Amino acid sequence: MFWNQATETIDRGSLGALQLKRLQETVARVAGAVPFYRQAFTERGLTPAHIKSLSDARHLPFTTSADLRATYPTGLLAVPIDETLRLHTSSGTTGKPKALFFSARDVANAAELCARCFVMTGMTKKDIFQNMMTYGLFTGALVTHYGAEKLGCLVIPAGPGNSEKQLLLMQDFRSTTIHITPSYALYFATFLEKKGVDPRRDLAIRRAFVGAEPYTEETRCKIEQALGVRVFNSYGLSEMNGPGVAFECEHQHGMHLWEDNYLMEIVNPKTGEPLPDGQTGELVLTTLYREAMPLLRYRTRDITSIIAEPCACGRTHRRIDRITGRADDMLIVRGVNIYPQQIERVLMSLPAVGRNYQILLDGLDDMTVNVELAEAGFDGHVEHLTKLQADITDRLRAEILTKPKVHLVPPGTLPVSEGKAQRVIDRRSL
Amino acid sequence: MHPVKLIAVFAENQLGQMARITKKLADIHANIRWVTIVTSETLGVIKFLVDKPDLAYESLHAKGYTVSYIEILAIAVEDKPGGLNAVAECLARNNINVENASGFVSDNQAVLLIEVANAAAARATLANQSLRLLSEEEIFNL
Amino acid sequence: MNRHPISAPDFMQQAALRDTQLSRLRQMVGRAYDNVTLFRQRMDARSLKPADIRSLADVRKLPFTVKADLRDTYPFGLFASPMKDIVRLHASSGTTGKPIVVAYTKDDIRVWTETMMRSFAACGLHEGDIIQNAYGYGLFTGGLGAHYGAESLGATVIPISGGNTERQLMVMKDFGVTAICCTPSYFLHLIDQSQQMGIDMKKLPLRAGIFGAEPWTEGMRERIEAESSLKAYDIYGLSEIIGPGVGIECEHQCGLHIFEDYFLVEIIDPQTLEPVPDGQEGELVLTTLSKHAMPMIRYRTRDITALYPEPCHCGRTIRRIRRIGRRSDDMFIIRGVNVFPSQIEAALLRVEGTLPHYVIVLTREQDLDQVEVQVEVTPDFFSDEVRVLEELQKKLVHSIESITGIRVAVRLVAPKTIQRSEGKAKRLLDKRKM
Repeated sequence: MFWNQATETIDRGSLGALQLKRLQETVARVAGAVPFYRQAFTERGLTPAHIKSLSDARHLPFTTSADLRATYPTGLLAVPIDETLRLHTSSGTTGKPKALFFSARDVANAAELCARCFVMTGMTKKDIFQNMMTYGLFTGALVTHYGAEKLGCLVIPAGPGNSEKQLLLMQDFRSTTIHITPSYALYFATFLEKKGVDPRRDLAIRRAFVGAEPYTEETRCKIEQALGVRVFNSYGLSEMNGPGVAFECEHQHGMHLWEDNYLMEIVNPKTGEPLPDGQTGELVLTTLYREAMPLLRYRTRDITSIIAEPCACGRTHRRIDRITGRADDMLIVRGVNIYPQQIERVLMSLPAVGRNYQILLDGLDDMTVNVELAEAGFDGHVEHLTKLQADITDRLRAEILTKPKVHLVPPGTLPVSEGKAQRVIDRRSL
Repeated sequence: MHPVKLIAVFAENQLGQMARITKKLADIHANIRWVTIVTSETLGVIKFLVDKPDLAYESLHAKGYTVSYIEILAIAVEDKPGGLNAVAECLARNNINVENASGFVSDNQAVLLIEVANAAAARATLANQSLRLLSEEEIFNL
Repeated sequence: MNRHPISAPDFMQQAALRDTQLSRLRQMVGRAYDNVTLFRQRMDARSLKPADIRSLADVRKLPFTVKADLRDTYPFGLFASPMKDIVRLHASSGTTGKPIVVAYTKDDIRVWTETMMRSFAACGLHEGDIIQNAYGYGLFTGGLGAHYGAESLGATVIPISGGNTERQLMVMKDFGVTAICCTPSYFLHLIDQSQQMGIDMKKLPLRAGIFGAEPWTEGMRERIEAESSLKAYDIYGLSEIIGPGVGIECEHQCGLHIFEDYFLVEIIDPQTLEPVPDGQEGELVLTTLSKHAMPMIRYRTRDITALYPEPCHCGRTIRRIRRIGRRSDDMFIIRGVNVFPSQIEAALLRVEGTLPHYVIVLTREQDLDQVEVQVEVTPDFFSDEVRVLEELQKKLVHSIESITGIRVAVRLVAPKTIQRSEGKAKRLLDKRKM
């Protein structure tokens, strides 16, 4: 099932031509309308005419998170603010947030891309969509809301939290598809268990779009088993419209990224040098069809690789692999580079491990991993717990090359969040 | 004979845990015959022998505690010098490896509680031996 | 003020307005009769058929609908459209544990969006405006209702939703916001906090405030307008009818124009249930004229008001009602959220450890509503350790939030502390001064 078959299965040659045409239009427009880019071009002796092929994109300047903050609030607008229809912001953990403007066409287009994504997973207008993401300035909820609405579904704008109410809505209105963060999905699964609700028997949910934070294949399996749903990985970022940038199709092996809307590159996260096809590195995206606020070569800080082989679904837009981590999430502990994802992968692959974990960094360079035991993982014997603890320690050491302290704790002990989970607490004295 | 069950609670090694758990047991009027706490760094497991094990399990579970049953064997020991030795030699002869053991005396009856790898098999093995295994009822009537 | 094209229906000729109302009423009653068991049963009990509605006055023959009907027919007893035609659900608080769910077809969303657009237009807003929507987004109708209306106007919409005062003020200042939608008490709170952030509310380009979801006085309006640069407009609505957008003040700020082409207005005596003469105070009763998914026939809002029969100077033919001051039931409003004491009671009863003696104390600090629920604890619990009491307190806070949607403070008190009464216990102590 396709939302827009012609575009989604367009041949690579035509796709490339379309990309180039849109890239040239975008570059010409920002060179004229956005002082930030105009200046960056001048500094490089670059003009729009230099962009004659897609590979010329590498001559364009990067745009970083810092640039968005520095040009806040309206420094990257390519249209008068009067012509914008929407403002979203992404959280500013330090200093100013990033302002993301949308024109009417941008809003409609973002919904269009979401509709493509949803149909790709088998969703139809008969589905009942319970949107459990936070509505508001973050793009996560509103953009998918519009997408599901475009598809013609019944949309329940539930927002996150209040699990009792979520359950009530699912039971009474037979929601079939949910949009949720991985951490809340696991929390909700435990909540259902405590209530004696069997999702397969008592609920109609069959499909979950899980995103807003990276998570491992192991966590996907855990969520699928616990909620009785098919989990489709969803990739997006506010700077690129929000959700709908890339999504898994029914084959669930990598996420199709809409290349008619985004030009993608993989670069070395440290040097910014483009990497050869197939290599893992930082995803860089250029918007090809954005009106209000086009962005050139945006450094996403997400680590992935491009899957070049054609997908059995027939879509010609290439896939990116599951995000292995964020370049910014990388921790350096005792001189070793570690991604929290690596730890998650080890933990979530063990059935005796439960649904929540936390990484504590303290003192000079001490790492402690607190991990919850699975509900069914306790047989009464403390020796088995100690053994499991030691096993986890050994596996982690093999993966991250340094030995952390591991503390097994009873299920339900670690703090939970409704939104993005805070997995790492770094209290080291720098 | 019905197996004797201990209730084991996985608790964080925190001040007051034992107090909270024993309060729950007191609320359901459970009589505790025996208790032990096993700790290992930050892990703690509290094991009880109570007269209402199923009720205790349900009550603690409902309160959010992580609980499990442990099947044990309760062996009657002669309350005189050499009594325990006799039991120990019998177990060794029958290749029964003891993982944990604890003993107590009540009136004139000494009892040895043992955790083994396979309680059912051990019970079967000892059925024909000179050892006497106690039932839950007997333990609570001591 | 220049008239926005979308406002044309507000100025419809009286005769055309009445014709529109009657034709829509007849169609709606037909739909409701055919598809909603409760309406059909009630009409049959009166030997009433849709064809018997031949004039607007005939609406008085129809049965009333009350909030309890929504509760009793939960979840879809009042739906007049099949599920396949329903595109949206919203929920608001019921009087006990279950929420009230309202449904919309695509056309219902279109009508709702239109009434919101007309509301914004009445306040002088247009596509060049930058509108900060601080009403809560999600199941509550306020956020998405205002959002769709503002967006259809072509304005730049900032879907900021509620809370985070610092961010609200920062966004207001940084993006040259020209209009804000929020509860009036929250706006006063923003004014209070603005000084700390070095923002002079009088110097901002704010032109209009669309304030609703709670009653507010002329005194509050004066304060808001004196301490900021905007003109403060009252907006009225309720989820059972559509959400916000049932009525709006115009530039003359004297009464709420009800969108009569979509909502039929009656004022009744709450005791006798008879209509009162125009101009006299009574309970507002509304009938939805074009809703498909969940039509409402003579819904008793419990809001006390009066109809202003005289035409408004703005020229609108859609009539005004007096601003809502009080209600005829015990519902109270906290930061724009409707709460019934019975919900709090249901929430308390769900958690063991408390006795059925409680009191809800409402105060307003720095223009923000505060709620404290004082509840007696069983003797057992009360003699227990602090930790156990804290855990109980957390459970109660969570239970109340899960039913009402608001986070309150809970104070556990010793048994026999709360005053007993002979008759109906006084559960609510509203110390807020408006």
